[in-house]
Amino acid sequence: MENKIDEVVADVKYTAKDFSSGLEVKWCPGCGDYSILAQVQRQSPDFGEKKENIVWISGIGCSSRFPYYMNSYGFHTIHGRAAAIATGVKLANQKLQVWVATGDGDMLSIGGNHFIHACRKNVNLKIVMFNNRIYGLTKGQYSPTSEKGKITKSSPYGTVDWPFNAIKVATGSGATFVARTLDRDPKHLQDMISRAAKHNGLAFIEVYQNCPIFNDGAFFPLTEKETKPDNVVYLEHGKPLVFGVNKEKGIMLDGLNPVIIDLNDGKHSINDCFVHDEFDENPTRVFLLARFTDLPGFPTPIGVFRQFNKATYDGDYALQIANVKAQKGIGTYEKLMYSSNTWEVN
Amino acid sequence: MAQETEKVIQDIDEVTIRFAGDSGDGMQLTGSQFTDTTAVVGNDLSTLPDFPAEIRAPAGSLSGVSGFQLHFSNSDIQTPGDSPDVLVAMNPAALKVNLRDLKDNATIIVNTNSFELKNLKLAKFDSNPLEDGSLSKYNLIPVPLTQLTMSALEDLPLSMKEKEKCKNFFALGIMYWMYNRPIEVTLKWLEGKFKKKPEIMEANKRVLQAGYNYGDTTEIFTTRYDVKPAKLPKGVYRNVSGNEAAALGFITASLKSGLPLFLGSYPITPASEILQELSKYKDYGVTTFQAEDEISGICSAIGAAFAGSIGLTSTSGPGLSLKTEALGLAVMTELPLVVIDVQRGGPSTGLPTKTEQADLLQAMFGRHGEAPLAVICASSPADCFFMAIEAVRIALKFMTPVILLSDGYLAFGSEPLKIPKLEELPEINIKFRTGVEGFYPYLRDENLVRPWAIPGTPGLEHRIGGLEKKDIYGSISYEPENHEIMIDKRRKKIDNIKNIIPELVVEGEQEGELLVLSWGSTYGSIKEAMRNVKAKGYKASHAHLRYINPFPKNLAEVLGKFKKVLLPELNTGQMAFLIKSQFMVDVIQLNKYQGQPFKISEIENKIIEVLGGNNGK
Ligand code: SF4
Repeated sequence: MENKIDEVVADVKYTAKDFSSGLEVKWCPGCGDYSILAQVQRQSPDFGEKKENIVWISGIGCSSRFPYYMNSYGFHTIHGRAAAIATGVKLANQKLQVWVATGDGDMLSIGGNHFIHACRKNVNLKIVMFNNRIYGLTKGQYSPTSEKGKITKSSPYGTVDWPFNAIKVATGSGATFVARTLDRDPKHLQDMISRAAKHNGLAFIEVYQNCPIFNDGAFFPLTEKETKPDNVVYLEHGKPLVFGVNKEKGIMLDGLNPVIIDLNDGKHSINDCFVHDEFDENPTRVFLLARFTDLPGFPTPIGVFRQFNKATYDGDYALQIANVKAQKGIGTYEKLMYSSNTWEVN
Repeated sequence: MAQETEKVIQDIDEVTIRFAGDSGDGMQLTGSQFTDTTAVVGNDLSTLPDFPAEIRAPAGSLSGVSGFQLHFSNSDIQTPGDSPDVLVAMNPAALKVNLRDLKDNATIIVNTNSFELKNLKLAKFDSNPLEDGSLSKYNLIPVPLTQLTMSALEDLPLSMKEKEKCKNFFALGIMYWMYNRPIEVTLKWLEGKFKKKPEIMEANKRVLQAGYNYGDTTEIFTTRYDVKPAKLPKGVYRNVSGNEAAALGFITASLKSGLPLFLGSYPITPASEILQELSKYKDYGVTTFQAEDEISGICSAIGAAFAGSIGLTSTSGPGLSLKTEALGLAVMTELPLVVIDVQRGGPSTGLPTKTEQADLLQAMFGRHGEAPLAVICASSPADCFFMAIEAVRIALKFMTPVILLSDGYLAFGSEPLKIPKLEELPEINIKFRTGVEGFYPYLRDENLVRPWAIPGTPGLEHRIGGLEKKDIYGSISYEPENHEIMIDKRRKKIDNIKNIIPELVVEGEQEGELLVLSWGSTYGSIKEAMRNVKAKGYKASHAHLRYINPFPKNLAEVLGKFKKVLLPELNTGQMAFLIKSQFMVDVIQLNKYQGQPFKISEIENKIIEVLGGNNGK
């Protein structure tokens, strides 16, 4: 299959189809990645960017095949290094909108160092991490997000590692947009993608993604109709945290500890519930929410955990270059070579 | 300065001076100030600092000695000199460490104030060498540097410690007097450096002047020396270290090509100065990304190259090892990329501040899969400037990673660079692909080079990656024949670089008994050794390699014209391995791996031995 080459489409309104490279998609049938691809392609026309200015960078893993299927510029790189390569792309050309497609192994294991430093520097990248809690491409070893005790091909007696909580890692490292969504909730996934597209700074989206081959149903309690209401709480700015089939349960703060309250027990009301504030720069709130997944009986928060603006690395870098140029004038060869002590031989 | 005329000024051709002291004594600064002044005076010069790997070894200890050697002359010279004529030793340890390198009748200027029991013990002297007669074969000049410095600054409101720190400038003042150099260059430097600390500026100025006057007025100095300006080719010169020259070369390549320079780098000795130097040049639009690790250094540079910048990463051996996986990606995606490897003693942490040429085979072969790339090397500090430009030119023209080998000796050493006119430098004409018609990411030109189509170009949206590419189209391909085709094309492309690089030049007879073949930083010592053996009546020729992969077109032919080939290198025989395996030539090796450059005499003796001693004339 050849790389499809497009004619120049000047200022036309794109459709989802314009973002499909036409390459045959080769994920396993039923893989959650299909949904992520479809939602991204659906949202891409609304990014407000010309197609040629969108770049998808990936590392290695099932998720990292993603750029091949997008009709934008794309670079399928090496394991773990997508964030580092994407940083170079963004710094070299600030006009580009740079996306990273990655997985839990790619970004949190081998690529951990690049990930935390990209977050710390607040590089203007949009990182979409497909978290299936397993190594798919290498056929079923546990990953850094696999739950403790998980039996996999490389842990026949169960893992003894504690998993990473990606939301905590991203927040702790300084990401300025942190969200979680589900492959099987297309509307929500679309919403998170378009909000990340608009964010100025490092945007991180964790997508819980089903791997039907090696970790089937890992997120079914969160995604299936019967169980979802009791296991998921949607984060919406300014709204109290409530969940359950009839929104009959709420989450209240007891000191720094979250507790689940029954809104119908006559003792509690919606006014007792913890209200989400995604613009709070204090990371304490995010850690509090991110901990829900460690607490038995608590619902998993889905949505934007935090979002705020802070100077970006690339923005400040461009500013510094502009300032120095304004101060010193644009560099020339003569200035460069004759700037230090010189002498003439006649 | 009434007495000045009473002292004799003697003309000499060349001198080698070494300043040595504790790492905290400011010897590097003293040396570089003397160098700057000497450059402005118009001598040819070559310098070599030698400092410990530890930032601060215990004061007064042998392991904490830091040195700076400078060789200057009224004619063309190539090395910092085998053995010093003058040693300035700030303490007993500095004397102890450097004594073995001195010429027999060398002059030694010592700071007598530091020769007290504690320091003598630290330097493992059983008795005071200034008193026990053990230095009788030298011209020993004892000077109470600390005391003289303190009394020159008596009335200044500085702490004892601050005053004492100025003593290196007293020594510098003496040396300026002794070699008849002006002190103005250093005075001007002090004014810039301590603009915000006027008391420190004043103190140093005063001590420098006091040192100069001390030489002038005291009886202990009887002779002054003068080294007249060198008759170098006409032009404007500046003094450069190898790292500085490389940085200037990369910026020049950016100016030449019109493409922005992007450096992704992680600090590592002895390459860090390239990062530091380039970070100053924001007015040239240079981006320096100090990455979280070596891998990110190269990966960010690959990303920048994908987006249309000159991607550059600077490192040393251990860093190059970390970058090798990413180099494979750059080979596969055929993106332009420059890696400068400033080699140091290895393996592992090895000798971080010392020099070695032992990354050659890593640069050639240190990758997974069949992953050929271009390898070139610099032969002197000033040559780093030209080879940096060459590295960029080859990378951009051939869409390939290029490894430029430098080493600690070149990086820290310095010599005058004759500043070329911008138009004298090779053109770097690069055109990004913009035409949509007939665009395929891996459709190659006559040199087998693929197009560079950067993000932001309408209509050329395409995907590249590390998986094997389908010939012409660049999509993923696992076909067996295609893999073979692509491996061949990648290899032939690198081979085609031959057509744009200069042929190997043989200095001396074009055929004969002995060819000395060399590469990299050994150039200077070999060139001087050749001069010496020629003067003694021996016949030998010299060819120096700056392009290693591919080798210059005529290398086989050159090798065929000599009966014997001598190959000196600072490793156990890596270039010899390449030459033997590619050309089936039996080379005679001269190997040194002590973290130190060759002495001229070592090469000279070997040449004479190979030529059969006195019979070889
Ligand atoms: S292995 Fe799992 S994650 Fe990978 S493509 Fe198949 S289903 Fe998707």
